[in-house]
Amino acid sequence: MALKTPELNASSMADIAFLLLIFFLVTTTMEVDTGIGRKLSPPPDPSVKPPDIKDRNVMNILVNKSDRLLINGRPGDLATLKEEVILFMTPHVPDDARYPEVKQENIDLLGVVYTSKGIISLKNDRGTSYKMYITVQDQLAQAFTSIKDELALKKFGKLYKDITEREKEAISDAVPMSVSEAEPEDVANK
Amino acid sequence: MSRFKKKGDKGTPAISTASLPDIIFMLLFFFMVTTTMRETQLLVKVSAPSAKEVQKLEKKSLVSFIYIGEPVQSKLGTNTRIQLNDAFGVLDAIPEFVAKEREARDEADRKFLTTSLKVDKNTKMGIVTDVKQKLRKVGAFKISYSVTPEVER
Repeated sequence: MALKTPELNASSMADIAFLLLIFFLVTTTMEVDTGIGRKLSPPPDPSVKPPDIKDRNVMNILVNKSDRLLINGRPGDLATLKEEVILFMTPHVPDDARYPEVKQENIDLLGVVYTSKGIISLKNDRGTSYKMYITVQDQLAQAFTSIKDELALKKFGKLYKDITEREKEAISDAVPMSVSEAEPEDVANK
Repeated sequence: MSRFKKKGDKGTPAISTASLPDIIFMLLFFFMVTTTMRETQLLVKVSAPSAKEVQKLEKKSLVSFIYIGEPVQSKLGTNTRIQLNDAFGVLDAIPEFVAKEREARDEADRKFLTTSLKVDKNTKMGIVTDVKQKLRKVGAFKISYSVTPEVER
């Protein structure tokens, strides 16, 4: 008669697997990184003169070291910043001297649309807190999204986030996110 | 009829636990697949600011991180420091850091390399601007300010 092999005791197997499981739970992360994406501009070429931009096309936003806002030389408020940017960046037809110039452009999928020549110039002090800077950037991004939403609703009947990639590109061409960050200057130490 | 007679004790049979390891292994594999290893140990405190208009960072392998904040160890003081990968760095080490990060990637992927700035919300903009200037000089134009998404009410 053949010898019976004794059954292997597998009850500790579960404990081993549990140990492995807990090790992975501790050492790994599940969260997806989120952030505000921006593209930096290449360093300025000293031989090329910066283009002349008309005053009416620029909205100057200055954040000082105590996190106060100065919009076009007047004290601004964070609560109304978004509305001001929307008002400034929405193309105003017919031409209105208080707002930036508009130009007509022919864009695929959209046809002839008016685009604003406005530029937001953002400048901050070295002493500005990072939190304030992100809040301002966020407000700007929200303003541009709401302008895009409006155009997308008009052209496609949907919000910007719900349209296809090609339509998104077209809308982004019509509403360029023209935020320019000024070359840093040490304002506080002067 | 003795054929159908039960033999021995009558108590309830023990539940077989033989499949328990398999269940646990399934859980384990699930977690191994859905999560990623924590890449670096943080030497600086970073509590990211919150914002509404956030984007997801698409490809995690194409992101390099720069951390800016107060050191975790209080004996190192409270001055804002920069952390590049696993060690404290100085501003002038950033070009080298970017070059190394680029070399570690495929040639075709290099232009998609994003630099994620994980900055503490109480940091002053001065150091952030300096880092941005360095990144501009070496041509790492794609950046992302790491923020936590704000819940809409």
